[in-house]
Amino acid sequence: MNKASNESKYELRVQPIENGTVIDHITAGQALNVLKILKIPGTSEGIVSILINAPGAEERKDVVKIEGRELKSQEVDKIALIAPDATINIIRDFKVIRKKRVKIPNFLTGFVRCINPNCISNSNEPITSRFEVNNRCGKIMLRCKYCEKTIEKNIADHLL
Amino acid sequence: MKFTNMDIISMKDFSRDMIDHILDTAEKLEPVARGKERSDILQGLVLSLLFFEPSTRTRMSFESAMVRAGGSVLNMGSVEASSISKGETLADTIRVIDGYADAIVLRHPKEGSARMAAEYSSVPVINAGDGAGQHPTQTLLDLYTIRRESHLERIKIAIAGDLKYGRTAHSLCYALSLYGADITLVSPESLRMPEEIIEDLRSHNINVYQTSSMEEVISDIDVLYATRIQKERFPDPTEYQKVAASLKIVPQLLDEAKEGLKIMHPLPRINEIDPQIDETSHASYFRQSFYGVPVRMALLSLVMGREP
Ligand SMILES: [Zn+2]
Repeated sequence: MNKASNESKYELRVQPIENGTVIDHITAGQALNVLKILKIPGTSEGIVSILINAPGAEERKDVVKIEGRELKSQEVDKIALIAPDATINIIRDFKVIRKKRVKIPNFLTGFVRCINPNCISNSNEPITSRFEVNNRCGKIMLRCKYCEKTIEKNIADHLL
Repeated sequence: MKFTNMDIISMKDFSRDMIDHILDTAEKLEPVARGKERSDILQGLVLSLLFFEPSTRTRMSFESAMVRAGGSVLNMGSVEASSISKGETLADTIRVIDGYADAIVLRHPKEGSARMAAEYSSVPVINAGDGAGQHPTQTLLDLYTIRRESHLERIKIAIAGDLKYGRTAHSLCYALSLYGADITLVSPESLRMPEEIIEDLRSHNINVYQTSSMEEVISDIDVLYATRIQKERFPDPTEYQKVAASLKIVPQLLDEAKEGLKIMHPLPRINEIDPQIDETSHASYFRQSFYGVPVRMALLSLVMGREP
């Protein structure tokens, strides 16, 4: 199968959107976690389409298209944690007007819960969780600023 | 080097130069800590001691350091009698206590509590143990003991006991990695040090060996650091007895030891060191406990801007 026919099949599966956001190059298998981050369904009325294990240039990828919704920067930061190669495409009148790669932030404030049940950030104290992000050759590790415990696996499970 | 107003929370916050400076300062203050010299470097200053769980010795060691250097201490008293039992947050407690003292020493059962306290306090906070987390003044006094009784640079050390849960051992290994070291970890299979800590040490070019036999290492080391082995960690009491017996430091074991071998233990000991060792030149553990005073005095004077 050549690339062109591959692409056309792909177009058939998912309609282009008129206005909204296409999140492309999501790490294969992470599309549903992206929806979880965006709290979809529930936060937008428009059509949402999802591709899981779509053929990409090098390896399989997931794609999420959301009609009528743009992303907040905190949402983009969260997506970066689980899909570090994702790109965010802003669509107006069926055209990509802006395209950017997600960027893994150096610090995460307030959107990951520490895995340590005895951590002060999991108590009734008036503080927000804070993590330092370590990116060792694409392998992401979060270190709690308070208890110093690290999260390396299944980061999506710990998102607030 | 600027220490004024610095919080003392975790060994990870210290460079080797900073540690050296703290230990140098402690050495200067040792005669004061012994009561051999009088000093008033901390005169007029007040230290608040907030112990949310009992640790009488750590508390007394801080008190001794403060008082011998001319300062005063305020003790929170028991948790039951205070506002905390009424459900006050630690953040609120700190904001109030902050107004009473020039520095705060905190011991609290939750990991990360000292880091949080430092965010709410305008005066320096010293972590005296946060749950299973950090206890940097213990590590600093361990380093001081090693330097004072042996040497820090490229030390050959064996650390024995519960290395899986023991924060003392983890923190000490991390600090020793700043000085280069040959570290032998002596523990039963079930209480081995977590793999990620060993990997981290190796990535700092530290030689790490693991064994369950004291006999195997004894002739080759400068320092033997014994830690407590807790019965509760063993589902089977006979297994505990077996492990405790195999790691126990007894006079015969030391036949093969270097003359200058020093034995350390954070105390209280349970069964790890035979009392017959106490009177030998190898026993450093009671002095180690005393060294907590000059080390804490050094930290207090540095963070409160009264460097000697
Ligand atoms: Zn934590």
